[in-house]
Amino acid sequence: MELTRLPLLKSALKSRYPQLAVFIVMLVGYIFAILAGLIGTPVGSHNFSIVFVWIGWWAILILVAVPFFGRGWCAVCPIPLPGEWLQRGAILSPPDKKPKWLNLRVPKMFRNIWLQNISFLLLALFSSVLLTTPNITGIILAAMLFTAIGLSMIFERRAFCRYLCPVGGFIGLYSQTAPIELRINDKQVCAKCEGKPCYNGNEKGYGCPWDVFPGGLTKNTYCGLCMECLRTCPHDNIALNLRPFAADLAKPSARMDEAFKAFIMLGSAMIYAGVLLGPWGALKDAAYNVGSGAWFVYAAAFLAIIFVVLPGTFRLMIFPSPIGRGAALSPSKGAGVRAFAALSNSLIPLGLMFWVAFSLSFVLTNASYIFAALSDPLGLGWNLFGTANIAWQPILTSILAPAQTLSLVGGLAWSARTAQRSAQEAHVSSVPVVVYCFIVTAFMLWLLL
Amino acid sequence: MAWILLGLLAAVVAFAPLPALSSPPQARTLRQGSAQAFEIDARQFAYSPSELKVNTGDTVTIQLVSADVVHGLYVDGYDVSVEADPGQSATLTFVADKPGSFRFRCNITCGAMHPFMIGKLTVGSNDWLYRSIGFSILAIIGILLFPRSTPITNYQLPPTDH
Ligand code: SF4
Ligand code: SF4
Ligand code: SF4
Ligand SMILES: [Cu+2]
Repeated sequence: MELTRLPLLKSALKSRYPQLAVFIVMLVGYIFAILAGLIGTPVGSHNFSIVFVWIGWWAILILVAVPFFGRGWCAVCPIPLPGEWLQRGAILSPPDKKPKWLNLRVPKMFRNIWLQNISFLLLALFSSVLLTTPNITGIILAAMLFTAIGLSMIFERRAFCRYLCPVGGFIGLYSQTAPIELRINDKQVCAKCEGKPCYNGNEKGYGCPWDVFPGGLTKNTYCGLCMECLRTCPHDNIALNLRPFAADLAKPSARMDEAFKAFIMLGSAMIYAGVLLGPWGALKDAAYNVGSGAWFVYAAAFLAIIFVVLPGTFRLMIFPSPIGRGAALSPSKGAGVRAFAALSNSLIPLGLMFWVAFSLSFVLTNASYIFAALSDPLGLGWNLFGTANIAWQPILTSILAPAQTLSLVGGLAWSARTAQRSAQEAHVSSVPVVVYCFIVTAFMLWLLL
Repeated sequence: MAWILLGLLAAVVAFAPLPALSSPPQARTLRQGSAQAFEIDARQFAYSPSELKVNTGDTVTIQLVSADVVHGLYVDGYDVSVEADPGQSATLTFVADKPGSFRFRCNITCGAMHPFMIGKLTVGSNDWLYRSIGFSILAIIGILLFPRSTPITNYQLPPTDH
């Protein structure tokens, strides 16, 4: 169903003002979160930066925005804005043709999501500190803002979003499961289109800031839903569609950077569930005391699980012998690698649901801090809305376990279905992938329940 | 048809009693209403012991001893709590009449990792975990036995009227 057929929605998306209004609110909130982190109370659960970023924003992102709107968050994210405005030399006015800054192309070797994989892992290894220490959160938020500005000065378009943002990597990965997509209506129109203004820009708007040619879109991963192409396309050929969930995974991509992203996210969800929500104090100590011997062991184990244990088992299960079944059919080594990468795509729905199940527990337990932090964002004893003294109380504890089971079992079924399709494309059996998914799901159930 | 069958099986998995698993045999004789006492040492940011097992119906007494700062202990699902001042101890008693696995956690802000200061109380056996694994098995059996007849690959872009 084409949402952009709705005239009201279409003009709201085409106009720059509604988007700008949201941008400004987000940017103000973001800057406030940085300041709160830096000058507010060091007690995380009473500081706006921790409570609104890691409980509020995180809950909305992983429970609503990503599953239902894909890269919807990126459409309103404040992080790249100052850089983008500087790069354009404008906030609202139409582009003028001269690039204001260096406007370089990102080197080919970086045009993949390995840097995002690394930036995510760097944050993940320090996450116990990041999640609980306001000034670290403030510093990281500020660092992302300034890195984005810096990269906008050096490179063209949104280099930070495309290649570095630690959040953007997994939003892109999981956005493929969302029931929403931006696509072209008619390939023929694009083929005949002069100058491809959706990519190169025109007087109506900027060329795709995400360095995507909308005419070639087959998956959501790299389209930031910024709506520029809706504005620039002279042939009205851009549509925002409602579609079945996970439609992008029907044609799995075979890129190793994306395959490893799937393992990174799956593994991190399990590790977080064990370390943060588990009863093992020694693990928490190791994760929190960054720089200690125990932390190095923890970090090594973290990386080993993500880069060796999970993908290694997967590889062994789908191709038990060195010359695997995928390779047997088409005897190049590349075919085996492609089959590995394509099959790893089946882990995407499961990974998303792992994060949902983990986050449900974390968010429902700590949601009541939001009310207190709303009235006293800096932890200075204010009481703006009279809610500062609302006591901590977990909410909806009785539905937590059933909801977690539902997400995990649902994710398992969803991934198993996806595996059946990917396996068909790769000409291998889906059974090992399904069994793999079952094993990790059972483990996650044990960790969470 | 097949799905109705699977649905029925799922209902069985969800509600059937699990006699063999509901308590270890040696504990069966003292199942109802015995008293269980624990001394739990709380320090930033862990309890020790952090995993407690009791039988359904036991009267559980927890003596919380705080080693450093003020810590609390709140039991999810039971909504009972206690707090202990530094170097002091405090006692919580409740009847563990709801079977299952419950997190207990610190409910007094005690430092950075406070939200993750968590322990686990298992009352009887953790049936829900076994049932959930049962659902998982059913789900994959269903999917392996009944592959989708209309693959999603048939999905088409909406027709255009341009
Ligand atoms: S990729 Fe990162 S910085 Fe860019 S819009 Fe998305 S979340 Fe924001
Ligand atoms: S501007 Fe419109 S018609 Fe032209 S290539 Fe882009 S999407 Fe296609
Ligand atoms: S210009 Fe179009 S294709 Fe590019 S990111 Fe924005 S919405 Fe997506
Ligand atoms: Cu505490």
